[in-house]
Amino acid sequence: MAVLLIVEHNNKELKAFTLNAATAASQIDGEVHALVIGNNCTDAAKAASELPVVKKVIQVEAAHYENFIAENFAPVILKLAENYSHIVCSANTFGKNLMPRIAAKLDTSQISDIIKVVSKDTFIRPIYAGNAFATVKSNDAKKCVTIRPTSFDPCDNSGGSAPIENADAGDEFTTTKFIKREEIKSDRPELGTARIVVSGGRGMQNGDNFKLITAVADKLNAAIGASRAAVDAGYISNDHQVGQTGKVVVPDLYIAVGISGAIQHLAGMKESKVIVAINKDGEAPIFSVADYGLEADLFEALPQFLEELNKLNTIQK
Amino acid sequence: MKILVAVKRVIDYNVQIRVKEDGSGIVTENVKMSTNPPDDNAIEEAVKIKEAGKATEVIAITVGEEKSQETVRKALAVGADRGIHVKADGIIEPLAVSKILQKIVEKEKPDLVFMGKQAIDDDCNQTGQMLSALLDWPQATFASKIDVKDGKLEVTREIDEGLETIEVNTPAIVTCDLRLNEPRYASLPNIMKAKKKPIEQINASDLGVDISSKIQQIKVEEPPKRQAGIKVSSVAELVQKLKNEAKVI
Repeated sequence: MAVLLIVEHNNKELKAFTLNAATAASQIDGEVHALVIGNNCTDAAKAASELPVVKKVIQVEAAHYENFIAENFAPVILKLAENYSHIVCSANTFGKNLMPRIAAKLDTSQISDIIKVVSKDTFIRPIYAGNAFATVKSNDAKKCVTIRPTSFDPCDNSGGSAPIENADAGDEFTTTKFIKREEIKSDRPELGTARIVVSGGRGMQNGDNFKLITAVADKLNAAIGASRAAVDAGYISNDHQVGQTGKVVVPDLYIAVGISGAIQHLAGMKESKVIVAINKDGEAPIFSVADYGLEADLFEALPQFLEELNKLNTIQK
Repeated sequence: MKILVAVKRVIDYNVQIRVKEDGSGIVTENVKMSTNPPDDNAIEEAVKIKEAGKATEVIAITVGEEKSQETVRKALAVGADRGIHVKADGIIEPLAVSKILQKIVEKEKPDLVFMGKQAIDDDCNQTGQMLSALLDWPQATFASKIDVKDGKLEVTREIDEGLETIEVNTPAIVTCDLRLNEPRYASLPNIMKAKKKPIEQINASDLGVDISSKIQQIKVEEPPKRQAGIKVSSVAELVQKLKNEAKVI
């Protein structure tokens, strides 16, 4: 039976992690159907149909899908579920919110946040903030799986031409109402997919000092991350948090500044290709995962770092 | 208004866990255990709502082995009124926990159920959403702010893009983020008082729900270790290494 991929989108475009989830779905089974639930989401459905790994797109439209409320999405997915062996989406806040609502109704034990597909019923997932990897086998007839986007490469986003079918909308769930979304718009690369991430922690001391991070990030075309301590202290908004309960990032270069390296933070960044730590405490645990450690006062090191970058003839983009 | 708060006993967040040599799981013997951190936020929020005069009773519940009672006792020490301990041994998957909680909700008829958004042991992030599905209740997940209104809650949720605000009618489920509040510490007199508060014990097997494992844990292993890196002596050296050795800038 085929795999049903729940597409995350903004009614116009696909969200980046849908491409990673599509790759994971195609590793489970070649027959991947993409479900696009939204309001005036024809553009998003068309974008999904262009993914070469997708064999069919199912588009479901209604005004009450505008804001992606899980209580509205779940009945649509449940109605289609009988045709599928697996239901898959990303393990970001969208998928984490939605998938268990489907799994419970299907009486299925969901497998969250997989990092590898071993076979159709066996997967590897991190537990204990990534300090252990569990290989787990689902004995349920129908499998509900969320995938860690950074553990799968994004699929190609052009060249496909899957047919688009329409399916019926479900009733509106009237006791949950969307009020507003405060998205922080930025010209920077997205934290989850950036090639370089520069992150600040408690050592930044206040929000204003994050401008030192911003200056370096501007120069490197990097995304800005933060430890939970920095977000809790109000230095920076929650969408920047990297770690066990924040975002998981796997950039080519991760620069941790003034971050001690609690296991909860390491959970979100230790798979990065190259890790740099700048910290004045030489004993900080962050140095145990850093490829390059610089024991220094960040308030001296960051301006020097920018100066040295300015001396370079070229910087990769 | 009655608030039921689910808490879980987990390995303390400060403990560096060890994988068993035979790959069968994680070493839990002689390891410090605590309440799952965001469950502390859930209790704190429920107690604050009661203190504000908007709730009449806070009930703490846990599902697990005999010792799990400690987490309920701790909740009683910071302001919960009474406790429920559903006894069950071994790994109880989130689906099974949500079925147990459903039975308790049907009996206790709370207006709200709070719990942490995720347990830091299995990192599943499922139970609250599953319970709301089974009950057909609204779900307000990853809450960092809760305003109690008449028969409604306005909840600010932490999402990848920033913040989202939704309104849910009660009864509802809320799963709590660590930023929701600052959990209080239990004072010694309150710890003593908590010993006198009632904890009802129920055997999971008496609830008539299937709590058998549907997921087979084949093996647990340590993740690949990162090679130890080097310390550089200056910013100039760091930039040269990144440019010429790691070739990432």
